[in-house]
Formats: sequence, structure tokens, C-alpha cells
Amino acid sequence: MAVQTVAMPVPVARRPRARSLRSLLRNRGALIGMVVLLANVIAAVFATSIAPMDPLDQDIAQRLLPPAWLDGGSTEHLLGTDQLGRDILSRIIHGSRISLLIGFLSVAISLPLGVAIGLVSGYAGGRFDDAMMRLADVQLAFPFILLAITIAGVLGPSPRNVIVILAIGGWVVYARITRGQVLALREKEFIEAARSLGAPHMGIMLRHILPNVLTPVIVVGTFAVAQMILLESSLSFLGLGVQPPTPSWGGMLNDGRGYITLAWWLTTFPGAAIMVTVLGLNFLGDWLRDLLDPRLQNL
Amino acid sequence: MVFGVSLVVFFVIRLSGDPTYLMLPPNATDEDRVRFARELGLDRPLPVQYGVFIRRAVAGDFGRSLRYNQPALGLVLERLPATLELAAAALVVSLVVAIPAGVVSAVRRNTSVDNLTMLGALFGQSMPVFWLGILLILVFSVRLDLFPTSGRGTFAHLVLPAVTLGLYSTARVTRLVRAGMLEVLGQDYVRTAWAKGLAARVVIYKHALRNTLIPVVTIVGLELGTLLGGAVITETVFAWPGIGRLAVTAIFQRDYPVVQAAVCTTAVVFVLSNLFVDAVYGWLDPRIRITT
Repeated sequence: MAVQTVAMPVPVARRPRARSLRSLLRNRGALIGMVVLLANVIAAVFATSIAPMDPLDQDIAQRLLPPAWLDGGSTEHLLGTDQLGRDILSRIIHGSRISLLIGFLSVAISLPLGVAIGLVSGYAGGRFDDAMMRLADVQLAFPFILLAITIAGVLGPSPRNVIVILAIGGWVVYARITRGQVLALREKEFIEAARSLGAPHMGIMLRHILPNVLTPVIVVGTFAVAQMILLESSLSFLGLGVQPPTPSWGGMLNDGRGYITLAWWLTTFPGAAIMVTVLGLNFLGDWLRDLLDPRLQNL
Repeated sequence: MVFGVSLVVFFVIRLSGDPTYLMLPPNATDEDRVRFARELGLDRPLPVQYGVFIRRAVAGDFGRSLRYNQPALGLVLERLPATLELAAAALVVSLVVAIPAGVVSAVRRNTSVDNLTMLGALFGQSMPVFWLGILLILVFSVRLDLFPTSGRGTFAHLVLPAVTLGLYSTARVTRLVRAGMLEVLGQDYVRTAWAKGLAARVVIYKHALRNTLIPVVTIVGLELGTLLGGAVITETVFAWPGIGRLAVTAIFQRDYPVVQAAVCTTAVVFVLSNLFVDAVYGWLDPRIRITT
């Protein structure tokens, strides 16, 4: 036992080599994240000119072609074709449009909404605060995906509805964080000073409190884009999100599921696209968190 | 809480306006609609409808499934054991992997073991559940023929779905255990334990880990929500006969009594399991029992 104690020194001791490896890894992560995001944005914006084929172009004669490097594959379809003979690479490139659009838009709606609710809740307190926090509790009381599929089923699946659903699901986190920060800030001297100088409540909230709550919100928002892209693809996978023939990664996986024994590439590539994108955004979020506020370790 | 959930579920179903449009086939006549609405009490004011809904729901009556013509709650409860089995198995998978991984990662902080674990955790959190499920089927069922692709029954049926569902939680809990351990390992009493010359095993597992577990247990409670939600997708991928798959099918069949029953049941399970988690606190940390 004594030997073991020696073998395992008090673990806070840092090894310089390991540290540099870590920092390298972290920077590399941020770099990868940046590259992935840029590639996605470029793919989304210039999809029509980058994609080798029309993503909706069917060609039954060329259905279920394997990727180019396998027997029977052709260089015309680098990642093969699906059950209707559509080019998978082109569909993945076009699919990034939907993913990015829905991921960013839903956060762009839910983040300001949540922050506004959190600001007012924390600043004013009272009945509004009670109502909002109760609503947040209820929303957290059951798995969001269940609510999402219910709403999607009722409203009918469409990209717009997916954005609405995700925005409804997203606001709680921002509201809670903002409210917590506001409660801490509200009693600080500089707020009291502003108030005694006769600044209007609106001005205090926007000019003095808001800038101080933005850091954690931005960090959480970055991770949220990744979450939203995952949720969108889940909904589309269940058939409740983006509808065919519009190419979406989740939808492609759903289509390809029936051909799993025949053609693994139908499901493997779109799934990889989702994972790489989400991973990239998570890398960026990690990096942003360490950069802006290392105290937020557990977010 | 469950009351709030019922309110949300009730109104979500009515978001679209007239539910008869959702529940009846598109070729139904207006007469059919009126008759159907009267049968279900849909012609009455919303608060009255909600009152009726709540009174019945408390008594376990969510109405009859429009598809199977059986009590909706019965259909849901029939499938509850399957979902609980899956969620529990996934939880076991994630804890068995995550706690040792998090501990090792924290103890060997900033070594390549730590970096690899954290990288793995990040991958785990970025992987779509359904894709992982499909990949596992591809490799272990289609190629290697080790496990069945779908269905429920033997232990072999459970392996792939449990791993699929557990991965995301594994990643999250690993990060959490690591962060908690790092915090605890820096505290004075741990240093004292080292200074006393206690064995590493005792310091790490008896002194440090036990105090790390309290926030972990909190997260596990919340993680159950993630698991129950993820079960919707995992069950769809593996054709697992649980509540999630029932709910998804019911949505497509516009079988709203079943949807309502499924969502409410899930919420009740979630709330109950969190109560259970609160009880576990007392066992882990006797101080909590004294103060409450």
C-alpha cells in the first residue's frame, strides 16, 4: 500500500509536457471548430454552386451506388447515391443549410427572449417572476423531446415550426442564468448609484445589468446551437421535422434506415456530418468558455 | 408540477384550433365533426374541458385510444416496464463507465489519459443518439451478428439500446465527476488524508469520491429526464416496445388521448424518480437527513 501512495502523488502537481499537450489540444479543438463552422457556412451559402449535383435529381438507374472508392462506385457520386439515385454528397451539402439555419435561428429567437424574461424576472420580481419561474419548472419537468414531438405533431412538420418549437424549448436556460445574475447584481452599489441618480428602470436594466450577464449567456448560447442542431436532426429523423424531399441530415438518416443491410453509406455519411458539425460547435463553446470565463467549468 | 404538465399538454393539443380536424380523417363531413366533438365534449368551453380532463386524468382516465379503442392509460402502462428497463439499463451503463472514467481523469489530471477521456466525452456529447444506434446495428448486428437488431426479450436485445441511450449521459456524468473530484481533491481534508499516509485507494474512493457523489446524484436525477426523452428516439431505432415509440406512433396516427397519457405518465415517472433521488441524498450524506 505504501508503494502505491508513492506511485500516486498529490494529483494537483502538473507536468509541463502534459500541460502543453493539453493547451495544444484545446487550441487545436478551437481551430477544428472554427474550420468546421466555416466549412458549414460556406457549404450552406454556396450550396448550389458547390454541390456536384442537384440534391433532388433522381435517377433510378443509379440507385444505391456505393461511394467512389468501393467496387461499383463512380467518381460522379463521391459518397454514393440513395434509394432514389440522388447524390448523397450533394444532399449533405444542401442539408447544412437546414441545420445551420434552424440551429442559429432558434437560438437567435430563444436567447433574447430568455434574457429579456430573466432580466425582468430578476429585476422586478413579484408575480411575473413567480409565473415565469413556475413555467420554467414545468417545462423542465418533462423531457423536451416529448413536448417537441407533440407540438410538431399538432402544428404539422415544417422548418418554421421546428424553429418555433426549439425556441420555445430553449428560453428556460437563458432566463434562469440571467435571473440568477441579475439577483446578484441588483443590490450592488453601482446599481444603487444609478437608481439614486434617477436613471429609469429600463436604462438600468439595459445599460448597467445586461452587459454584466452576457458572458455566460453567450457561452451557453454557443453550446445551444449545437444542441438545437442535434434536436432538429432528431425531429427530422422521427419524421416530424423537415419534410422530404428537402435534404436534411436527420431526414436522410431516416430514409436510409430501411436500407441498412444493403447500403451503409445512406446513414453513415449524414450522421457523420451531424456529429462533425456538433462537435465543432462544442469545441468552439469550450474554447469560448475558457477564454471568457474559466469559472463556468460545469456548463 | 404534474398539474402544470397536464395544463401544457392539454393546451398544446388544442394549439391547432379545432382538434376534430386532427383526429378525424380529412374526408370527414362537417356533420361528423359536430357529432364527434359532442361525443368528446369538445363543444364545451375550454376551462370546462380542462376541468373534465383533469378530473378524469386524476382518476387515471385519459379517454380511449382512437386507434385501439382501449383505455389510453392502459396502453401506456403496458409499455412502461419496457421503457423503465431500458432507461435503468442505460443509467447503469453510464454510471459504470462514467464514475471510474471521471475519477481516473481527475486523479491523472492533465495527462494524456485525462485528455483522451475528455475528448471522448466531447465526442459522446456530440453524437446523435439515432446515428449511434444505427452504427451499432450496422457493426454488431449486420456485420458481426452478435446482437439482434430490434425488439425486446432476452438480455442480448437490451445491450445495444442501453449503450445507445446511455452514451450521452455517460459523457455528461464523466465530465461532472471529473470536475467534482478536482474540487474535492484540492481540499484540506484530502491533503490530511494523504499526509496520514493512507492508501491511495482509500483517499480517492472513501474520502474524495463520496463527497463528489452528491452533485452527481442530483444530475442523475435530471439525467433520468434526458434518458426518458432519449428513449423516444432509441425505442424508434430499435423497435423497442416502450412508451416513447408508442407516443411517436400515436402522434402520427393522431391518437391524442394516447399522446396525452404518455406525456403525463413520463412526467409523473420523472417527478417520482427525483423524489427517490432526494431520498438517496440522506443515505449519501447523513448531514442532510439531520437538517431536513
